Amino acid sequence: MDSNVTSSTFGDSTQGPGADHSPLAAGQVIDGFRLEEKLHIGGMAALWRVTEVAHEGQPRLPLIMKVPRIKGGEDPATIVGFEVEQMIMPMLGGPHVPKFIAKGDFTRQPYIVMERVPGVSLKPRLDAAPLPIDEVIEIGSRVAVALHDLHRQHVVHLDIKPSNILFREDGTAVLCDFGLSRHEHLPDLLDEEFTLPMGTGPYMSPEQVQYVRNDPRSDLFALGVMLYHFTTGERPFGAPDNVRGLRRRLWVEPVPPRTLRKECPPWLQEVILKCLEVKPERRYPSAAQLALDLQDPMQITLTARAERLQKSGTLRTFKRWFFSLGAEPVREAATMAEQLERSPIVMAAVDVENASSELLERLRETVQRIVQSEPGARLACLSVMRTARIGMDELVDRDGRSKHVKQLVGLKHWARPIRKALKLDEGRLTFHVIEAPDAAAAIVDFAQRNQVDQVVMGARGTSGLRRYLGSVSSQVVAEAGCTVTVVRVGRAAGGEEAASS
Amino acid sequence: MRTALITDLHANREAVEAVLAHAGGQRIDAWVLLGDFVGYGADPAWVVDIVIDLVRQGAVAVQGNHDAAVVRGAAPGMRPDARYVIEWTRSRLSAEQIAFLDSLPLSVTDGDRLYVHANAWHPPGWEYVAGRSDAMRSMMATDCRYTFLGHMHDPRLYNLSSTGKIGDFVPTAGVAIPVPPHRQWLVVPGSAGQPRDGNPAACYAVFDDAAGTLTYHRVPYDHDATGAKILAANLPQRLASRLEDGQ
Repeated sequence: MDSNVTSSTFGDSTQGPGADHSPLAAGQVIDGFRLEEKLHIGGMAALWRVTEVAHEGQPRLPLIMKVPRIKGGEDPATIVGFEVEQMIMPMLGGPHVPKFIAKGDFTRQPYIVMERVPGVSLKPRLDAAPLPIDEVIEIGSRVAVALHDLHRQHVVHLDIKPSNILFREDGTAVLCDFGLSRHEHLPDLLDEEFTLPMGTGPYMSPEQVQYVRNDPRSDLFALGVMLYHFTTGERPFGAPDNVRGLRRRLWVEPVPPRTLRKECPPWLQEVILKCLEVKPERRYPSAAQLALDLQDPMQITLTARAERLQKSGTLRTFKRWFFSLGAEPVREAATMAEQLERSPIVMAAVDVENASSELLERLRETVQRIVQSEPGARLACLSVMRTARIGMDELVDRDGRSKHVKQLVGLKHWARPIRKALKLDEGRLTFHVIEAPDAAAAIVDFAQRNQVDQVVMGARGTSGLRRYLGSVSSQVVAEAGCTVTVVRVGRAAGGEEAASS
Repeated sequence: MRTALITDLHANREAVEAVLAHAGGQRIDAWVLLGDFVGYGADPAWVVDIVIDLVRQGAVAVQGNHDAAVVRGAAPGMRPDARYVIEWTRSRLSAEQIAFLDSLPLSVTDGDRLYVHANAWHPPGWEYVAGRSDAMRSMMATDCRYTFLGHMHDPRLYNLSSTGKIGDFVPTAGVAIPVPPHRQWLVVPGSAGQPRDGNPAACYAVFDDAAGTLTYHRVPYDHDATGAKILAANLPQRLASRLEDGQ
């Protein structure tokens, strides 16, 4: 069934057998870019390797030019999809998208010149599915990180599938093809143009089937479909080619992955089925929260999803079908930015060993207040176990292990009142004890890797340690890419003094 | 070339000052004023003088319904508070200022751009472009790729594809929106002097034809001062309070 991968794109209503009318030929120069070699012809566009004619010295990047295929007369699907990509790509940045270089408009020769990301897409890996579990997790984690970066730039991809995912040499996932995407701050040309759901059949989220085009969690559904496929070798919802077939996913549950593959751990089934929830609010609230779970699977809270070994019975499926009738989602319920803002990852860096009990309490109060104000927030509690720069091996001995456990126990104990007060459930609270010689660097690194939105930590105050080692918090404030709140125990007045940067 | 588009100033000196100061930092090459310089606010003479000055320096200005009403006297269908303000405004303007408003064209075509206060299909009728179907009607009535309208106080962006599909969009301030010329675009910058979308900050827009982008801006100003002047001038109280709420 994997030969079926290039499933049709809905909304491409006029796709026909028309020829490629583009008269482009190798050697031709368009706006300073010389066409060197045609790399690929897809249904919607041709890709050319190009070089910059006037660029002096070393070429800055390997480049490709994407040229839409105009299939005779008006072809709204190709043209509008390409227009959308031309609008969105120049607004994107960062390592998880191809770098945009130039574009040409439809009054002359439409094209987009962008960085050529080396390497192949994930598509060939579908043929190898089921993949080793470790690879599935690796893919899921890298793609989730890339998705969160895209969502933070106000874009929902809406066509996440293996052929649109590439990896840089260092393993960074790169998302491409924004022809069906939606930018929150730009007119949605596709919504205006078409009356069919848009996306790729196997990967389309239920809300996309119902014409919702602004929910970042739609991309998490598509990622869930990919992870399901890579884990089991099968598609969770087949490859329907009509709207009726697409709508079935509103009420028919996928076969639980563990039924198809025994080695699938319960926590991975939990993650996949959570991504595949029909209602977006039952999925992960953000891609970063999914990535965080995949980093540390042992901490995933297992629910009934993890244990499910068969699809729901006929009666329950009938109920789901019945309630799906007429249950069209409310559009524009929240903006993309609001969805992400409501689901921040807050990290509490707690020095359980050395901090005073007063500071620990102040820290707890502050963290509780922050997490309380955002019902979608997720709290990661981190404690750094300082290791000597030399003699690392002593940590693996029994003494090291027991230190690790002791610190974890201390951390959990610290967070207990927060857990109780806020009823943090379903994996909204996780604990991480990491071993590193430099606490500040470890905190900054953890925050960056896990796309943490806010770090809350205590200041060492006037302790002797600070004089010795310098201030950890000031280093974190200086180096972290996110908001850092430093909690202090007030001096004479005993009041709290919290500084944010 | 970067063109600033400012409309529905409505005798609001503080808003106009704030918009001009903001636009001063936007490397503006050309100015277009889309009408309704007077009405509602307490500083008609100051605002008209600014418009006269900008036009002398090469700005384009078109006439709005409030400007026409001040020239000719209130129209029968006008709301009572609007009618009262029109008469008050007439009393505050000099003969030269009224003559200037009288001299303004209803629309100006500049290459592929149309500047008009209310709509393209019948400018002197002052009918509103209140939604997609009106926007479609207006775009069908002109060959210009870009129409810039005032009259509607909420910022909007409409586009018409070559297949006849129309879209509308509520812009986010400060984002450069690509507006390629193979589509037809209808741009409503939103009111500088009396915003009504719940945000009291003054509206205007910048069109950059070289980059092919349009950027809507929102500029906060001292609406309390404006409201106090409206009250001091004995104009309807509602005209002051609505500035604070942006209603």
